[in-house]
Amino acid sequence: MTFPDPSFLFIQCLSGLTYAMFLFLIASGLSLIFGVLGVLNFAHGSFYMLGAYLTYQFASYFMNAPGQFWWAAIFGALSVGVIGGLIERLFLRRLYIREELNQLLFTYALVMLISDFAKIIWGTGQLSISRPPILKGAVKILDQYFPEYNIFIIILGPCIALLFWFIFHRTRWGRIIRAAALDREMVGSLGINVDRLFTIVFIIGSWLAGLGGALVAPIAAIVPGMDVEIIINVFIVVVIGGLGSFWGTLLGSLILGQVISFGILVLPRLSMVFIYILMAAVLILRPWGLLGKPLHR
Amino acid sequence: MSKENGFLIILILLLALLPLSESRFYLFLGTDILIMGLFAVSLNLLLGYTGLVCFGQGAFFGVGAYTYTLLIKKISLSFPLAFIAAPVGGAIAALIIGFFCIQRTKIYFAMLTLAFSQIVWAIVFKWNSLTGGDNGIIGIPFPQHLDSPTRFYYFTLAVVVLSFYILRKTVSSPFGRILTTIRENPERTEFIGIHVKHFQLLAFVISGAFSAVAGALFAILNHSIFPDLLYWPQSAEVLIMTLLGGMYSFFGPLAGAAVILYLRMLVTSYTQYWPLIMGTILALILFFFPGGIVGFLKERRIFHGGGG
Repeated sequence: MTFPDPSFLFIQCLSGLTYAMFLFLIASGLSLIFGVLGVLNFAHGSFYMLGAYLTYQFASYFMNAPGQFWWAAIFGALSVGVIGGLIERLFLRRLYIREELNQLLFTYALVMLISDFAKIIWGTGQLSISRPPILKGAVKILDQYFPEYNIFIIILGPCIALLFWFIFHRTRWGRIIRAAALDREMVGSLGINVDRLFTIVFIIGSWLAGLGGALVAPIAAIVPGMDVEIIINVFIVVVIGGLGSFWGTLLGSLILGQVISFGILVLPRLSMVFIYILMAAVLILRPWGLLGKPLHR
Repeated sequence: MSKENGFLIILILLLALLPLSESRFYLFLGTDILIMGLFAVSLNLLLGYTGLVCFGQGAFFGVGAYTYTLLIKKISLSFPLAFIAAPVGGAIAALIIGFFCIQRTKIYFAMLTLAFSQIVWAIVFKWNSLTGGDNGIIGIPFPQHLDSPTRFYYFTLAVVVLSFYILRKTVSSPFGRILTTIRENPERTEFIGIHVKHFQLLAFVISGAFSAVAGALFAILNHSIFPDLLYWPQSAEVLIMTLLGGMYSFFGPLAGAAVILYLRMLVTSYTQYWPLIMGTILALILFFFPGGIVGFLKERRIFHGGGG
């Protein structure tokens, strides 16, 4: 085997980084919901898929409008947040008093329902939208071309990470959310409306999944089945990083992004097996994840 | 109890008469229900009796199906040996996977079973030279003396009835009672001097072995197997069957399998949107019938003055 060109490796690394940023956006929503509500949301991948489909839908409404893609992405992601909020308020809320299994299975029911609704509305064919005109080009990096849009994603990821870190650690609402993750009854007895807090957290979490879907829409095929594909990867990310851990989610995304990007080159047969073995190993040795803290519930 | 036994004998006799309908359609459906019923009941040994939410039961089903098929196809092993090898393979897989999974509890246990079943799936999916990868293995023949749907139906009925008998003896034995105690409170069970993990592991192995039997039967019935048998939605589906039927009764999961397979047969002849129906059913059970079909029936009998 000849050693590959370094510039090629660098581009491969950047592709992995792009994918990692999508994983991070989606996984941080899942992790947030689990951390505060204690619900492992199987439908999180479905929210991601809805984000992509709704962005496609809005993009076709805003045809020829200036900033078409941006408006579509904003509305697409927001709609997913609203849908998530409604689901939490109307249905999920009633299951909090039951065992965890009931909540898990309800979100699985949502996976089936949303995938079929998407098929009924948008069909089973492959949809796509074009990249925003500003980011249509490609940048030359070490003799190779890399799309501007992907660079935008790589820059956007850390910005959103910093924004959320700031909200959670430096604002009053962020502190309350972190407190609710530790002890929801105590937060309730301090006069905070925990019900409303849960809905807000679920909206933010769903919005993050929707945003991931909206941003991936220009560079991926929008097809049925993208929900099931992403949710497993997102589970792996949060398990490796630590359920409920913010920085762990980032680390998990970066690891998985690179493993997928390079695994396909080096060991196409074993990369998938390796990922699941990594997930199992983390669960056995450090079930709270690489950067998470042990839960005492 | 004797009344229930009488009921069961009548049910078995009725099932034995099914081939008289001379409908290949109902014969296939009946065989399918028996197989998936065995799969669901074996899962329920973990879920309902031991309180372990296993999200990767499809792995053992798949191991059973692939063990049987590979032994028949690759080394032309005789049918009885290959059929017995399936539960042995399932038990070994369950022993290895279970050893790691029982180290964790609750959501982490469920995630671990998911991770391991995905490992098995990925191996089957990628090992093209042995398993045929994505294309699966087709053209699995009926065994020599079971070469008609009716004969195979009777064989399945016998295997499933025997398996139910063994599983039922297991859950009503002192061993089974300890499993229920573990479900109710693992910590206290530990305090009275029972090594909880040993019992959980043994339950895992038994459950895996019977799921593998179901897998082998499934391979023969469909004459083909695919990696999808081990993919996680398969594990989720059998979990839903178990819940729909009722996880707190022995035959509940069989009822769940029957209802879901029958409905699927009906619905898929009209529309392709079966997941939509299935999702709705699942949501309805969760909100309105947490005890499943059997739990609901039992509850009604109590309301009507304990008629049973």
